[in-house]
Amino acid sequence: MRIAGPLSRGVALVGAGMSPFGVFRQKTNRDLFAEAYLDMGRSIDRGFDPAEIETLYVGNFSSDRFEGQGHLAPILADAVGLVPLPATRVEDACASGGAAIRQAVMAIASGMHDVVLVGGVEQMTRLTTLQVTDVLSTAGDMLYEMGSGFTFPGIFAAMATAYMHRYGMKPEHLFQVALKSHANGALNPKAQFNLSLRDWMAARAAAARQKDLPAPTWNDELDFLRDETANPTIAWPLRLFDCAPITDGAACLLLVTAGRAREFTDDPIYIIGSGQASDHALAGHADLAGLRAARLAAQSAYQMAGVAASDIRLAEVHDCFTIAEIIATEDLGFFPPGSGYRMVEDGVTNRDGPRPVNTSGGLKAKGHPVGASGIAQVVEIWEQMRGEAGERQVRGDLPLALTHNVGGTGGTCVVHIYERR
Amino acid sequence: MQNLPFTYASFATFLAQKKLMGARCQACGTLSLPPRAICPNCHADRMEWVEMPERGTLAAFTSIYVGQSALLAEGYDRSNPYCAGIVELENGLRVSARILGVDPRNPAGIRIGSPMILEILDRKVEGDSLPILAFRVL
Repeated sequence: MRIAGPLSRGVALVGAGMSPFGVFRQKTNRDLFAEAYLDMGRSIDRGFDPAEIETLYVGNFSSDRFEGQGHLAPILADAVGLVPLPATRVEDACASGGAAIRQAVMAIASGMHDVVLVGGVEQMTRLTTLQVTDVLSTAGDMLYEMGSGFTFPGIFAAMATAYMHRYGMKPEHLFQVALKSHANGALNPKAQFNLSLRDWMAARAAAARQKDLPAPTWNDELDFLRDETANPTIAWPLRLFDCAPITDGAACLLLVTAGRAREFTDDPIYIIGSGQASDHALAGHADLAGLRAARLAAQSAYQMAGVAASDIRLAEVHDCFTIAEIIATEDLGFFPPGSGYRMVEDGVTNRDGPRPVNTSGGLKAKGHPVGASGIAQVVEIWEQMRGEAGERQVRGDLPLALTHNVGGTGGTCVVHIYERR
Repeated sequence: MQNLPFTYASFATFLAQKKLMGARCQACGTLSLPPRAICPNCHADRMEWVEMPERGTLAAFTSIYVGQSALLAEGYDRSNPYCAGIVELENGLRVSARILGVDPRNPAGIRIGSPMILEILDRKVEGDSLPILAFRVL
């Protein structure tokens, strides 16, 4: 696979915003997208004239099945007043958002466009959990992979068993990822789970008392996570709190050619590296305890940016499941293979640790509206790098950050690298 | 058999005959599973069907408590989970398959590396027979 050199024209991020993430059955994809668009507009320091936008790329996995609406891009363009601009939907399952960003980066770097709107959206909660399970399954290989009964959590659970077998991790190590995600999500007002596990436990107990049922008691968070009633197995070893939730939400970014960034803000964030790779269905992966597509995407992005994994101060990675976050930190070169779970246990990836990962709460606590997830990762990077992340702000300068977005069973991975100058 | 196209329909036809078939490139000898019309190694399009070994080992697995709707229709649910996994065949190729001969309720007792043997299941869907690729722990 040939690796591209530096971008021929610089690309800057000058605005980023998102709708609240959660369960919003009354809101359509277009409603959610408009909310994110307006939030993005408010984030642009000098404001912007919508007439300056030249094209729209939007990540969306399956509006066709979730909402019964195909051909979504022109509908979203219409919802925010951008018809007749070119509008294109990008679909790479859960990596649709990251792939949409890459299209925008290429459009600007090529010189074709100066100002590009990038979005991501997914309305999911109108379907039942069973129906959502079936729709998400279609992100795997429906003929040679999912036909054996695999579900989406099942695929990552199988990777977890391969990882445990090779490196000696225990299922309970995964709890540490969930604890960290929820601690961060508790500080993110846009998160679906804007509450800590302690708050969650208190809410469960209160709900039981209200129904005159015996209130459950747990000694601590780990005791709660061990409780099969509170935290049931979905696909062993993954339990409910190992899985990202079903979420409605949208996010938007404004990308411009670097030469025009100062028209919008004195503090732009530059996108200096972009990498993407594909892979076979899980059975064909060279390594069942890692994602080669992620390693190749990271290698491409690092090389384009001229930086190393050790330079990255902050990352939002694709934690659709707790095991996925551990594997991501290894595939990205942050930690040697087989050591990622110990790093979580030791607090290395905590918000106040040396290598913060998923300060937004991640897909796990912030929520996972599939097509929007890769865009919302960048919203967190934007806020953190500019020192605007409020209570969850990471201390110190953040000159380099990274996003990692995985689609399907590892069939797609997209990595981007961000610089604040 | 040699004349069947390298399609999923052909693969399923073989499966219904209780055969797990892959493709071999006549130019470079690379084996391919799933079968492909174009060699993933040398990109030649001269492939031939070859039968895959019936034996292998368990490479990864999971017990699924919240299953696909098709599996719920077979009677699996939270109290009756099923096992799916990845089997590494004796020739080094891997496949996704239903895993039999294990206790899905005790996943901690299922061992990666366990020897496995091919067992193709027949699922009846609206009167039609649908073959399902499965392996049983020996």
